[in-house]
Amino acid sequence: MKHEIVEKNLGLMIVLIILTISGGFLAEIVPLFFLKETNEPIEGLEPLTAVELEGRDIYIREGCHVCHTQQIRPFRAETERYGHYSVAGEFVYDRPFLWGSKRTGPDLARVGGRYSDAWQRQHLYNPRSVVPESNMPAFPWLFENKVDHTKTAAKMDTLQTLGVPYTDEQIAEAPAQVEGKFEIEALVAYLQQLGTVISERR
Amino acid sequence: MSTFWSIWISVIVLGTVFGCWWLLWATRKSQTTDSETDRTTGHSFDGIEEYDNPLPKWWFYLFIATCIFALGYLALYPGLGNFKGLLGWTSTNQWEAEVAEADEKYGPIYAQYGQTPVPELAEDGDAMKIGQRLFANNCAVCHGSAARGQVGFPNLTDDDWLYGGTPEAILATLHNGRMGNMPAKGTMPSMTNEQVDQVVNYVLSFSGREQDAEAAKAGEQVFGQACVACHGPDAKGNHALGAPNLTDNTWLYGSTYDWIKETVVNGRQNQMPAQSGRLSEDQIQILAAYVYSLSN
Repeated sequence: MKHEIVEKNLGLMIVLIILTISGGFLAEIVPLFFLKETNEPIEGLEPLTAVELEGRDIYIREGCHVCHTQQIRPFRAETERYGHYSVAGEFVYDRPFLWGSKRTGPDLARVGGRYSDAWQRQHLYNPRSVVPESNMPAFPWLFENKVDHTKTAAKMDTLQTLGVPYTDEQIAEAPAQVEGKFEIEALVAYLQQLGTVISERR
Repeated sequence: MSTFWSIWISVIVLGTVFGCWWLLWATRKSQTTDSETDRTTGHSFDGIEEYDNPLPKWWFYLFIATCIFALGYLALYPGLGNFKGLLGWTSTNQWEAEVAEADEKYGPIYAQYGQTPVPELAEDGDAMKIGQRLFANNCAVCHGSAARGQVGFPNLTDDDWLYGGTPEAILATLHNGRMGNMPAKGTMPSMTNEQVDQVVNYVLSFSGREQDAEAAKAGEQVFGQACVACHGPDAKGNHALGAPNLTDNTWLYGSTYDWIKETVVNGRQNQMPAQSGRLSEDQIQILAAYVYSLSN
Protein backbone atom coordinates (compact mmCIF):
# COMPACT_ATOMS: atom_id res chain seq x y z
CA MET A 1 0.00 0.00 0.00
CA LYS A 2 1.17 3.50 -0.67
CA HIS A 3 0.47 6.81 0.99
CA GLU A 4 -0.65 8.01 -2.38
CA ILE A 5 -3.71 5.79 -2.37
CA VAL A 6 -4.87 7.20 0.96
CA GLU A 7 -3.97 10.74 0.15
CA LYS A 8 -5.75 10.80 -3.18
CA ASN A 9 -8.94 9.05 -2.10
CA LEU A 10 -10.76 11.38 0.21
CA GLY A 11 -13.51 8.87 1.08
CA LEU A 12 -10.98 6.24 2.11
CA MET A 13 -9.04 8.78 4.13
CA ILE A 14 -12.20 9.85 5.99
CA VAL A 15 -12.99 6.23 6.84
CA LEU A 16 -9.45 5.58 8.06
CA ILE A 17 -9.37 8.77 10.13
CA ILE A 18 -12.68 7.92 11.79
CA LEU A 19 -11.42 4.42 12.56
CA THR A 20 -8.19 5.77 14.00
CA ILE A 21 -9.67 8.41 16.25
CA SER A 22 -12.54 6.24 17.46
CA GLY A 23 -10.30 3.39 18.65
CA GLY A 24 -9.73 4.86 22.09
CA PHE A 25 -13.34 5.91 22.45
CA LEU A 26 -14.66 2.47 21.48
CA ALA A 27 -12.28 0.57 23.74
CA GLU A 28 -12.10 2.86 26.77
CA ILE A 29 -15.40 4.71 26.95
CA VAL A 30 -18.17 2.77 25.19
CA PRO A 31 -17.91 -0.33 27.44
CA LEU A 32 -18.38 1.90 30.51
CA PHE A 33 -21.90 2.71 29.33
CA PHE A 34 -22.79 -0.92 29.91
CA LEU A 35 -20.79 -1.94 32.97
CA LYS A 36 -22.41 -2.66 36.32
CA GLU A 37 -19.62 -0.95 38.25
CA THR A 38 -20.17 2.36 36.52
CA ASN A 39 -23.96 2.31 36.17
CA GLU A 40 -25.29 0.98 39.44
CA PRO A 41 -25.53 3.28 42.45
CA ILE A 42 -23.70 2.23 45.59
CA GLU A 43 -25.86 1.06 48.45
CA GLY A 44 -27.69 3.85 50.19
CA LEU A 45 -27.27 6.43 47.42
CA GLU A 46 -30.36 8.61 47.03
CA PRO A 47 -31.02 11.24 44.39
CA LEU A 48 -30.55 14.81 45.64
CA THR A 49 -33.55 16.43 47.29
CA ALA A 50 -35.11 19.43 45.55
CA VAL A 51 -33.23 21.92 47.75
CA GLU A 52 -29.91 20.09 47.33
CA LEU A 53 -30.45 19.92 43.58
CA GLU A 54 -30.93 23.70 43.43
CA GLY A 55 -27.82 24.03 45.59
CA ARG A 56 -25.94 21.97 43.04
CA ASP A 57 -27.03 24.32 40.27
CA ILE A 58 -25.76 27.26 42.32
CA TYR A 59 -22.48 25.37 42.78
CA ILE A 60 -22.27 25.13 38.99
CA ARG A 61 -23.40 28.72 38.43
CA GLU A 62 -20.76 30.14 40.76
CA GLY A 63 -18.10 27.99 39.13
CA CYS A 64 -17.10 26.14 42.29
CA HIS A 65 -16.04 23.17 40.15
CA VAL A 66 -13.44 25.32 38.44
CA CYS A 67 -11.32 25.45 41.60
CA HIS A 68 -12.63 22.46 43.57
CA THR A 69 -12.56 18.86 42.42
CA GLN A 70 -14.98 16.21 43.59
CA GLN A 71 -12.92 13.09 43.21
CA ILE A 72 -10.58 11.57 45.75
CA ARG A 73 -7.94 9.50 44.03
CA PRO A 74 -6.73 6.22 45.54
CA PHE A 75 -3.48 7.59 46.97
CA ARG A 76 -2.75 7.55 50.67
CA ALA A 77 -1.91 11.26 50.66
CA GLU A 78 -5.44 11.96 49.45
CA THR A 79 -7.35 9.44 51.54
CA GLU A 80 -5.59 10.66 54.71
CA ARG A 81 -6.77 14.15 54.03
CA TYR A 82 -10.16 13.69 52.39
CA GLY A 83 -11.42 10.23 53.36
CA HIS A 84 -12.29 7.12 51.35
CA TYR A 85 -11.36 7.35 47.68
CA SER A 86 -14.24 8.07 45.31
CA VAL A 87 -15.98 5.18 43.57
CA ALA A 88 -17.91 5.28 40.29
CA GLY A 89 -21.19 4.21 41.90
CA GLU A 90 -21.36 7.47 43.87
CA PHE A 91 -21.78 9.54 40.73
CA VAL A 92 -24.44 7.67 38.76
CA TYR A 93 -27.07 10.37 39.43
CA ASP A 94 -24.68 13.25 38.68
CA ARG A 95 -25.64 14.90 35.43
CA PRO A 96 -23.28 16.43 34.57
CA PHE A 97 -20.59 15.11 36.89
CA LEU A 98 -18.59 17.73 38.78
CA TRP A 99 -15.30 15.91 39.17
CA GLY A 100 -13.38 18.96 38.04
CA SER A 101 -9.82 18.90 36.84
CA LYS A 102 -7.93 21.39 38.96
CA ARG A 103 -7.52 22.01 42.66
CA THR A 104 -7.00 25.63 43.57
CA GLY A 105 -9.02 24.84 46.67
CA PRO A 106 -9.32 21.46 48.38
CA ASP A 107 -11.28 18.52 47.08
CA LEU A 108 -14.93 18.60 48.13
CA ALA A 109 -15.99 15.02 47.37
CA ARG A 110 -16.48 14.27 51.09
CA VAL A 111 -16.87 17.73 52.58
CA GLY A 112 -20.37 16.80 53.82
CA GLY A 113 -20.54 16.93 57.62
CA ARG A 114 -16.93 17.94 57.93
CA TYR A 115 -17.79 21.47 59.05
CA SER A 116 -20.87 22.86 60.71
CA ASP A 117 -23.58 24.68 58.75
CA ALA A 118 -22.60 27.87 60.55
CA TRP A 119 -19.00 27.48 59.41
CA GLN A 120 -20.07 26.89 55.80
CA ARG A 121 -22.23 30.02 55.84
CA GLN A 122 -19.58 32.19 57.40
CA HIS A 123 -16.92 30.81 55.05
CA LEU A 124 -19.04 31.51 51.97
CA TYR A 125 -19.91 34.99 53.23
CA ASN A 126 -16.29 35.85 53.79
CA PRO A 127 -13.70 33.04 53.52
CA ARG A 128 -10.98 35.16 55.14
CA SER A 129 -12.98 35.43 58.34
CA VAL A 130 -12.37 31.75 59.10
CA VAL A 131 -9.34 30.89 56.96
CA PRO A 132 -7.09 34.00 56.93
CA GLU A 133 -4.81 32.72 54.14
CA SER A 134 -7.68 31.72 51.84
CA ASN A 135 -7.88 33.18 48.34
CA MET A 136 -11.41 31.99 47.69
CA PRO A 137 -13.83 34.69 46.54
CA ALA A 138 -16.68 35.74 48.86
CA PHE A 139 -20.26 35.03 47.82
CA PRO A 140 -22.34 37.52 49.83
CA TRP A 141 -25.19 37.66 47.30
CA LEU A 142 -26.15 34.08 48.14
CA PHE A 143 -27.49 35.50 51.40
CA GLU A 144 -29.74 37.98 49.62
CA ASN A 145 -31.07 36.06 46.63
CA LYS A 146 -33.90 33.58 46.84
CA VAL A 147 -33.75 30.34 44.87
CA ASP A 148 -35.86 30.36 41.71
CA HIS A 149 -38.38 27.62 42.44
CA THR A 150 -40.25 27.84 39.13
CA LYS A 151 -37.87 25.55 37.26
CA THR A 152 -37.14 23.00 39.99
CA ALA A 153 -39.84 20.55 38.90
CA ALA A 154 -38.77 20.77 35.26
CA LYS A 155 -35.16 20.05 36.21
CA MET A 156 -36.19 17.01 38.23
CA ASP A 157 -38.46 15.88 35.43
CA THR A 158 -35.54 15.99 33.00
CA LEU A 159 -33.35 14.01 35.39
CA GLN A 160 -36.14 11.48 35.78
CA THR A 161 -36.20 11.03 32.01
CA LEU A 162 -32.45 10.45 32.13
CA GLY A 163 -32.88 7.67 34.65
CA VAL A 164 -32.59 9.32 38.07
CA PRO A 165 -35.25 7.59 40.18
CA TYR A 166 -37.32 10.59 41.28
CA THR A 167 -40.92 9.73 42.01
CA ASP A 168 -43.70 11.88 40.53
CA GLU A 169 -44.65 12.77 44.07
CA GLN A 170 -41.18 14.13 44.83
CA ILE A 171 -41.34 16.25 41.69
CA ALA A 172 -44.76 17.59 42.60
CA GLU A 173 -43.57 18.59 46.07
CA ALA A 174 -40.33 20.13 44.85
CA PRO A 175 -41.38 23.76 44.17
CA ALA A 176 -42.95 24.11 47.60
CA GLN A 177 -39.80 22.80 49.28
CA VAL A 178 -37.60 25.24 47.42
CA GLU A 179 -39.80 28.34 47.48
CA GLY A 180 -38.61 31.06 49.81
CA LYS A 181 -35.26 29.43 50.48
CA PHE A 182 -32.17 31.61 50.25
CA GLU A 183 -29.50 30.46 47.84
CA ILE A 184 -27.07 29.97 50.70
CA GLU A 185 -29.42 27.45 52.32
CA ALA A 186 -29.60 25.40 49.13
CA LEU A 187 -25.85 25.51 48.57
CA VAL A 188 -25.03 24.51 52.15
CA ALA A 189 -27.60 21.69 51.96
CA TYR A 190 -25.86 20.44 48.83
CA LEU A 191 -22.39 20.68 50.36
CA GLN A 192 -23.41 18.96 53.58
CA GLN A 193 -24.50 15.77 51.80
CA LEU A 194 -21.44 15.46 49.54
CA GLY A 195 -19.82 12.07 49.88
CA THR A 196 -21.68 11.10 53.04
CA VAL A 197 -22.91 7.75 51.69
CA ILE A 198 -19.46 6.28 52.25
CA SER A 199 -18.57 7.21 55.80
CA GLU A 200 -15.74 4.86 56.68
CA ARG A 201 -12.30 6.20 56.11
CA ARG A 202 -10.89 3.16 54.38
CA MET B 1 -17.29 -7.29 32.81
CA SER B 2 -19.14 -9.58 30.43
CA THR B 3 -17.26 -11.76 27.97
CA PHE B 4 -18.62 -9.71 25.10
CA TRP B 5 -17.12 -6.45 26.33
CA SER B 6 -13.92 -8.20 27.30
CA ILE B 7 -13.50 -9.50 23.76
CA TRP B 8 -14.66 -6.18 22.29
CA ILE B 9 -11.96 -4.29 24.18
CA SER B 10 -9.23 -6.87 23.48
CA VAL B 11 -9.96 -6.94 19.77
CA ILE B 12 -9.89 -3.16 19.42
CA VAL B 13 -6.78 -2.71 21.54
CA LEU B 14 -4.76 -5.47 19.90
CA GLY B 15 -6.18 -4.53 16.50
CA THR B 16 -4.92 -1.00 16.99
CA VAL B 17 -1.44 -2.12 18.00
CA PHE B 18 -1.07 -4.58 15.15
CA GLY B 19 -2.80 -2.16 12.77
CA CYS B 20 -0.14 0.42 13.53
CA TRP B 21 2.52 -2.19 13.00
CA TRP B 22 1.07 -3.24 9.67
CA LEU B 23 0.71 0.35 8.52
CA LEU B 24 4.35 0.97 9.31
CA TRP B 25 5.51 -2.01 7.25
CA ALA B 26 3.01 -1.54 4.47
CA THR B 27 3.90 2.07 3.81
CA ARG B 28 7.58 1.63 4.45
CA LYS B 29 9.77 2.88 1.73
CA SER B 30 13.00 1.11 1.06
CA GLN B 31 16.15 3.00 1.85
CA THR B 32 18.07 1.24 -0.91
CA THR B 33 15.97 1.31 -4.13
CA ASP B 34 16.78 4.87 -4.63
CA SER B 35 16.21 5.79 -8.23
CA GLU B 36 15.87 9.40 -9.32
CA THR B 37 12.09 9.23 -9.87
CA ASP B 38 11.63 7.57 -6.53
CA ARG B 39 13.05 10.49 -4.59
CA THR B 40 10.20 12.89 -5.15
CA THR B 41 6.46 12.48 -5.05
CA GLY B 42 6.52 12.89 -8.79
CA HIS B 43 4.40 15.95 -9.12
CA SER B 44 5.43 19.51 -9.57
CA PHE B 45 3.70 22.79 -8.86
CA ASP B 46 5.22 25.91 -10.40
CA GLY B 47 8.42 24.00 -10.59
CA ILE B 48 8.40 23.07 -6.95
CA GLU B 49 8.83 19.39 -6.24
CA GLU B 50 8.20 17.51 -3.04
CA TYR B 51 10.72 15.05 -1.67
CA ASP B 52 9.49 11.61 -0.82
CA ASN B 53 12.26 10.30 1.40
CA PRO B 54 11.86 7.21 3.55
CA LEU B 55 11.46 7.72 7.30
CA PRO B 56 14.80 8.01 9.06
CA LYS B 57 15.71 4.58 10.39
CA TRP B 58 15.93 5.62 14.03
CA TRP B 59 12.46 7.04 13.76
CA PHE B 60 11.07 3.97 12.07
CA TYR B 61 12.51 1.68 14.73
CA LEU B 62 11.21 3.96 17.45
CA PHE B 63 7.71 3.38 16.09
CA ILE B 64 8.31 -0.36 16.15
CA ALA B 65 9.60 -0.05 19.72
CA THR B 66 6.38 1.68 20.82
CA CYS B 67 4.39 -1.26 19.45
CA ILE B 68 6.57 -3.71 21.35
CA PHE B 69 6.30 -1.58 24.49
CA ALA B 70 2.51 -1.59 24.14
CA LEU B 71 2.42 -5.38 23.93
CA GLY B 72 4.70 -5.72 26.95
CA TYR B 73 2.56 -3.26 28.88
CA LEU B 74 -0.65 -5.10 27.99
CA ALA B 75 0.93 -8.36 29.16
CA LEU B 76 1.91 -6.93 32.56
CA TYR B 77 -0.95 -4.53 33.34
CA PRO B 78 -4.74 -4.79 32.96
CA GLY B 79 -5.68 -3.45 29.54
CA LEU B 80 -7.38 -6.29 27.74
CA GLY B 81 -10.88 -6.64 29.15
CA ASN B 82 -10.97 -9.20 31.95
CA PHE B 83 -7.29 -10.10 31.67
CA LYS B 84 -5.74 -8.85 34.91
CA GLY B 85 -2.17 -8.62 33.71
CA LEU B 86 0.74 -10.74 34.89
CA LEU B 87 1.62 -8.34 37.73
CA GLY B 88 -1.93 -8.37 39.11
CA TRP B 89 -1.77 -4.58 39.54
CA THR B 90 -4.88 -2.55 40.41
CA SER B 91 -5.14 1.02 41.65
CA THR B 92 -6.87 -0.31 44.77
CA ASN B 93 -4.18 -2.76 45.75
CA GLN B 94 -1.52 -0.17 45.04
CA TRP B 95 -3.33 2.11 47.49
CA GLU B 96 -3.65 -0.72 50.02
CA ALA B 97 0.05 -1.45 49.81
CA GLU B 98 0.79 2.23 50.32
CA VAL B 99 -1.47 2.37 53.38
CA ALA B 100 -0.07 -0.88 54.82
CA GLU B 101 3.45 0.46 54.48
CA ALA B 102 2.49 3.67 56.27
CA ASP B 103 0.66 1.76 59.00
CA GLU B 104 3.71 -0.33 59.60
CA LYS B 105 5.88 2.73 59.84
CA TYR B 106 3.66 5.10 61.82
CA GLY B 107 1.30 2.64 63.50
CA PRO B 108 3.60 1.78 66.44
CA ILE B 109 4.30 5.46 67.09
CA TYR B 110 0.61 6.31 67.20
CA ALA B 111 -0.24 3.17 69.18
CA GLN B 112 2.28 4.07 71.84
CA TYR B 113 0.68 7.51 72.27
CA GLY B 114 -2.84 6.12 71.97
CA GLN B 115 -2.32 4.12 75.18
CA THR B 116 -0.97 7.05 77.17
CA PRO B 117 -3.44 8.94 79.41
CA VAL B 118 -4.25 12.44 78.17
CA PRO B 119 -2.61 14.51 80.96
CA GLU B 120 0.60 12.52 80.66
CA LEU B 121 0.55 12.74 76.87
CA ALA B 122 0.15 16.52 77.13
CA GLU B 123 3.61 16.67 78.73
CA ASP B 124 5.22 14.70 75.89
CA GLY B 125 6.95 17.13 73.55
CA ASP B 126 7.09 14.78 70.56
CA ALA B 127 3.44 13.84 70.86
CA MET B 128 2.49 17.51 71.08
CA LYS B 129 4.40 18.22 67.87
CA ILE B 130 2.19 15.64 66.18
CA GLY B 131 -0.80 17.11 67.97
CA GLN B 132 0.00 20.59 66.74
CA ARG B 133 0.07 19.36 63.13
CA LEU B 134 -3.12 17.36 63.52
CA PHE B 135 -4.74 20.46 64.97
CA ALA B 136 -3.53 22.66 62.12
CA ASN B 137 -4.90 20.21 59.54
CA ASN B 138 -8.20 19.35 61.14
CA CYS B 139 -9.24 21.93 63.71
CA ALA B 140 -7.67 25.25 62.78
CA VAL B 141 -10.23 26.09 60.07
CA CYS B 142 -12.77 26.77 62.81
CA HIS B 143 -10.81 27.29 66.02
CA GLY B 144 -7.96 29.20 64.35
CA SER B 145 -4.32 28.21 64.06
CA ALA B 146 -3.64 29.55 67.55
CA ALA B 147 -6.79 27.79 68.86
CA ARG B 148 -8.18 31.10 70.07
CA GLY B 149 -11.44 30.59 68.22
CA GLN B 150 -13.65 33.39 66.98
CA VAL B 151 -17.28 34.40 67.00
CA GLY B 152 -19.27 31.17 67.15
CA PHE B 153 -16.20 28.95 67.49
CA PRO B 154 -14.90 28.51 71.02
CA ASN B 155 -11.50 29.64 72.21
CA LEU B 156 -9.67 26.51 73.38
CA THR B 157 -6.82 28.27 75.17
CA ASP B 158 -8.83 29.78 78.03
CA ASP B 159 -10.15 27.88 80.99
CA ASP B 160 -13.79 28.31 80.02
CA TRP B 161 -15.49 25.19 78.69
CA LEU B 162 -18.92 24.64 77.21
CA TYR B 163 -18.86 20.88 77.69
CA GLY B 164 -16.13 20.52 80.26
CA GLY B 165 -12.37 20.55 80.06
CA THR B 166 -11.60 17.21 81.65
CA PRO B 167 -9.71 14.70 79.47
CA GLU B 168 -12.87 12.56 79.29
CA ALA B 169 -15.04 15.49 78.20
CA ILE B 170 -12.55 16.58 75.53
CA LEU B 171 -12.29 13.04 74.22
CA ALA B 172 -16.10 12.74 74.09
CA THR B 173 -16.34 16.06 72.22
CA LEU B 174 -13.76 14.95 69.67
CA HIS B 175 -15.22 11.48 69.19
CA ASN B 176 -18.90 12.26 68.93
CA GLY B 177 -19.04 15.97 68.21
CA ARG B 178 -21.46 18.33 69.93
CA MET B 179 -24.74 19.87 68.92
CA GLY B 180 -25.36 23.15 70.69
CA ASN B 181 -28.89 24.50 70.54
CA MET B 182 -30.21 27.52 72.34
CA PRO B 183 -33.91 27.95 71.50
CA ALA B 184 -35.14 31.41 70.55
CA LYS B 185 -36.26 33.17 73.76
CA GLY B 186 -35.15 30.17 75.79
CA THR B 187 -37.98 28.31 77.44
CA MET B 188 -40.31 31.32 77.24
CA PRO B 189 -41.64 31.64 73.69
CA SER B 190 -44.10 34.29 74.84
CA MET B 191 -41.33 36.74 75.80
CA THR B 192 -42.30 40.30 74.87
CA ASN B 193 -39.92 42.88 73.44
CA GLU B 194 -39.85 44.64 76.79
CA GLN B 195 -38.96 41.42 78.57
CA VAL B 196 -36.19 40.78 76.02
CA ASP B 197 -34.73 44.17 76.87
CA GLN B 198 -34.98 43.38 80.58
CA VAL B 199 -33.34 39.97 80.37
CA VAL B 200 -30.52 41.28 78.15
CA ASN B 201 -29.77 43.96 80.73
CA TYR B 202 -29.88 41.35 83.47
CA VAL B 203 -27.38 39.15 81.56
CA LEU B 204 -25.11 42.19 81.08
CA SER B 205 -25.15 42.75 84.84
CA PHE B 206 -23.58 39.32 85.56
CA SER B 207 -20.23 40.35 84.18
CA GLY B 208 -20.46 43.91 85.33
CA ARG B 209 -20.99 45.37 81.88
CA GLU B 210 -22.79 48.64 81.41
CA GLN B 211 -26.51 48.09 81.84
CA ASP B 212 -29.81 49.72 82.63
CA ALA B 213 -30.05 48.80 86.31
CA GLU B 214 -33.80 49.14 86.50
CA ALA B 215 -34.43 46.92 83.47
CA ALA B 216 -31.86 44.45 84.77
CA LYS B 217 -33.72 44.16 88.02
CA ALA B 218 -36.94 43.36 86.19
CA GLY B 219 -35.01 40.92 84.06
CA GLU B 220 -34.29 38.63 86.96
CA GLN B 221 -37.79 37.27 86.85
CA VAL B 222 -37.71 36.80 83.08
CA PHE B 223 -34.39 35.01 83.41
CA GLY B 224 -35.93 32.71 86.00
CA GLN B 225 -38.60 31.72 83.57
CA ALA B 226 -36.68 31.61 80.28
CA CYS B 227 -33.06 30.75 81.03
CA VAL B 228 -32.46 28.87 84.28
CA ALA B 229 -33.42 25.48 82.84
CA CYS B 230 -30.11 25.42 80.94
CA HIS B 231 -27.93 28.21 82.34
CA GLY B 232 -28.85 27.47 85.97
CA PRO B 233 -30.19 29.80 88.67
CA ASP B 234 -26.71 31.24 89.23
CA ALA B 235 -26.21 31.58 85.42
CA LYS B 236 -23.01 29.59 85.63
CA GLY B 237 -24.05 27.30 82.80
CA ASN B 238 -24.24 23.55 82.50
CA HIS B 239 -21.58 21.35 80.90
CA ALA B 240 -24.04 18.52 80.28
CA LEU B 241 -26.07 20.76 77.97
CA GLY B 242 -23.23 22.88 76.68
CA ALA B 243 -24.94 25.95 78.17
CA PRO B 244 -22.31 28.66 78.61
CA ASN B 245 -21.44 30.30 81.88
CA LEU B 246 -22.88 33.83 81.56
CA THR B 247 -21.03 35.33 84.49
CA ASP B 248 -17.38 35.03 83.41
CA ASN B 249 -17.20 37.69 80.70
CA THR B 250 -16.10 35.07 78.14
CA TRP B 251 -18.38 35.33 75.13
CA LEU B 252 -18.95 32.95 72.26
CA TYR B 253 -21.09 35.38 70.27
CA GLY B 254 -20.22 38.88 71.38
CA SER B 255 -20.87 40.77 74.56
CA THR B 256 -22.65 43.94 73.50
CA TYR B 257 -26.32 44.66 74.07
CA ASP B 258 -27.12 44.09 70.40
CA TRP B 259 -25.29 40.77 70.21
CA ILE B 260 -26.95 39.41 73.32
CA LYS B 261 -30.32 40.63 72.12
CA GLU B 262 -29.76 38.83 68.82
CA THR B 263 -28.91 35.65 70.74
CA VAL B 264 -31.97 35.87 72.94
CA VAL B 265 -34.41 36.70 70.15
CA ASN B 266 -33.22 34.20 67.53
CA GLY B 267 -31.49 31.55 69.59
CA ARG B 268 -28.23 29.93 68.53
CA GLN B 269 -27.42 26.66 66.82
CA ASN B 270 -23.89 25.42 66.88
CA GLN B 271 -22.17 22.22 65.98
CA MET B 272 -18.84 20.57 66.53
CA PRO B 273 -18.53 17.82 63.88
CA ALA B 274 -17.69 14.31 65.13
CA GLN B 275 -14.14 13.20 64.36
CA SER B 276 -14.60 9.46 64.94
CA GLY B 277 -14.07 7.70 61.64
CA ARG B 278 -12.37 10.76 60.21
CA LEU B 279 -9.36 10.39 62.49
CA SER B 280 -8.03 7.23 64.12
CA GLU B 281 -8.51 6.55 67.83
CA ASP B 282 -4.84 7.20 68.45
CA GLN B 283 -4.92 10.49 66.57
CA ILE B 284 -7.93 11.60 68.61
CA GLN B 285 -6.08 10.72 71.80
CA ILE B 286 -3.15 12.90 70.72
CA LEU B 287 -5.47 15.74 69.69
CA ALA B 288 -7.30 15.59 73.01
CA ALA B 289 -3.96 15.85 74.79
CA TYR B 290 -3.00 18.80 72.60
CA VAL B 291 -6.23 20.63 73.36
CA TYR B 292 -5.82 19.76 77.03
CA SER B 293 -2.28 21.15 76.99
CA LEU B 294 -3.48 24.51 75.67
CA SER B 295 -5.15 25.43 78.93
CA ASN B 296 -3.34 23.25 81.48
